[in-house]
Amino acid sequence: MMFIDSHAHMLSRTTDDYEAMAAAGVVAVIEPAFWLGQPRTHVASYSDYLSSIVGFERFRAGQFGIRHYCTIGLNSKEANNEELAEAVMEILPRFALKEGVVAIGEIGYDDQTELEDKYFRLQIDLAMELDLPVMIHTPHRDKKRGTSRSMDVCEEHGIDPSKVIVDHNNEETVRECLDRGYWAGFSIYPSTKMGTERMVDILQQYGPERIIVDSACDWGISEPLAVAKTAKLAAQKGVDQEAIRLVCYQNALDAYGQSGQMKEEDWLNPPAIDQRTVYEGNSILRGQREPLVETPKSRRTMDDLIIE
Amino acid sequence: MSDTAPELLRNWVSRQASAEAGDWFEKQCDKLQSDFDQKSFDIAFGLVPRKLGKEDLALSAEDLAAADAARPGWNPGQWSLDVAARVCFLVTLSKELSKPFAERFKSLHRTADLGELLALFSGLPLYAAPESLVLLAADGLRTNIKAEFEAVAHRNPFPAEQFDQNPWNNMVLKALFVGVLLEPIQGLDERANPELARILRDYAHERWAADRLVSPELWRCIGPFAQDEDLADFQRVIEHGHATEKKAVALALTTAPESAGKADLCARLSEYNAAISDGTLTWRAIADEMFDNALAITRKLNFEVEMKR
Repeated sequence: MMFIDSHAHMLSRTTDDYEAMAAAGVVAVIEPAFWLGQPRTHVASYSDYLSSIVGFERFRAGQFGIRHYCTIGLNSKEANNEELAEAVMEILPRFALKEGVVAIGEIGYDDQTELEDKYFRLQIDLAMELDLPVMIHTPHRDKKRGTSRSMDVCEEHGIDPSKVIVDHNNEETVRECLDRGYWAGFSIYPSTKMGTERMVDILQQYGPERIIVDSACDWGISEPLAVAKTAKLAAQKGVDQEAIRLVCYQNALDAYGQSGQMKEEDWLNPPAIDQRTVYEGNSILRGQREPLVETPKSRRTMDDLIIE
Repeated sequence: MSDTAPELLRNWVSRQASAEAGDWFEKQCDKLQSDFDQKSFDIAFGLVPRKLGKEDLALSAEDLAAADAARPGWNPGQWSLDVAARVCFLVTLSKELSKPFAERFKSLHRTADLGELLALFSGLPLYAAPESLVLLAADGLRTNIKAEFEAVAHRNPFPAEQFDQNPWNNMVLKALFVGVLLEPIQGLDERANPELARILRDYAHERWAADRLVSPELWRCIGPFAQDEDLADFQRVIEHGHATEKKAVALALTTAPESAGKADLCARLSEYNAAISDGTLTWRAIADEMFDNALAITRKLNFEVEMKR
């Protein structure tokens, strides 16, 4: 089965993760622009970060046979540094139309401050101007209120809910999110967000429509195989294959595909130029495809002492 | 440089694009020529793959000949439609003199995505004031993205024309190091030099010490300067190397200074004499064999995995 992990901070992950994801069936990842743990204090470091996710990381993923997309935005935490935020807003239009940018995101609220609100709104306007979907990061604290408020603001600005993915949902937010017509993302992230068993329960209760499962894996303790693991557990618990395909693959493609920048052909039948340049994970030589099917063995063991 | 290069690009892109996309492209070309402003340029430059797509640029033998006539050494044979369109815009920009093109290049490079990087570097032979771009081109070779490296190094007359010996030698060594072919590098024989030969000799010894293979193409750059130590390396290849490596050594020996040692080695490789003299054994043929060998290895691995299942 093919999977899309529509929220994965791959810049923080190792090559082992890419290998494991490819082996588990992940064909595409979306890397939302976000906070790096260490705050950026200069716009230039923000700009280089955005260059990384439209440039080198896209290439790096391709080496493992995984297609890489990203979202561009000013995150809610750093929106609170007004000087930085103003400068980042100036460079965003330059990045938002790069190849493989599938949304403006992840944007929204963290502490729900005035500055967060200001830049959230400005970026919704930018997304509407550029006809791009929006990926919303819902806050960890005061989540329910923050999620409702995010949707209120979207409606105030007039963006169509079908172009907005509200991410990091849980049992308390999902009903409202679906009822108001938004895509509901769930991040299977240990301890703080959603777990696989709870996720399967939600699927059994709400069905697959407009629900998207992602990993949100990043620099914290997180799980790059979360989408594949959820799919497997769901199958074991009797969720039907088509529903699993929708929430672990097709819905993400439909939602972010609205950007025009993400198509199934990208991984099933990529243009020759991409095969020569950015998508060589399948041992593609001069445009001829000869996928290497060997499954990589894990290097995370002390038993295999030979490093060549 | 002749003005025909941008005209050729414009023509190739327009004839291959759909009517609507071709119309958009023509309008942008006209606007950039008559009424240049940076913002319109940035938008047009960014929109290229969305408007035109990324198919391979369809060029005939006549088109390639016209390219080489317009700008000797220019070879767009492996360009895609988006690269061609962007280079067309960039060549126009390079003639807009209100700001040095090197500065504009640097600014575009700073925020470029992969497709834009390929265009920036593929266009190097066509921009005005090429000498101002040498450091930027050398910077393009510091990448770990093979395609970006190849945009500078392959089918591009710029490095041989503009690079001093040091960046030139670094480019050739790095190509070997990252597994990029040498054959598509223009001027490889003309720019051969004893320092490069020494660097590559050391590199080969380092690889052998680690029990790793050496690209057969490496011997091409050593041939013209082959002394005793190199002849000993050649002998090692003749005794322990695979067929493609031996053919490469036979070719390299054709450029080596005459010596008794050389004559001795040539005698041991006499089976390749006919192929060398009738032009079937060339560095191009070596590159093709390397490609076939790599494909065969992949197929063998796949077969073994299938068998295990």
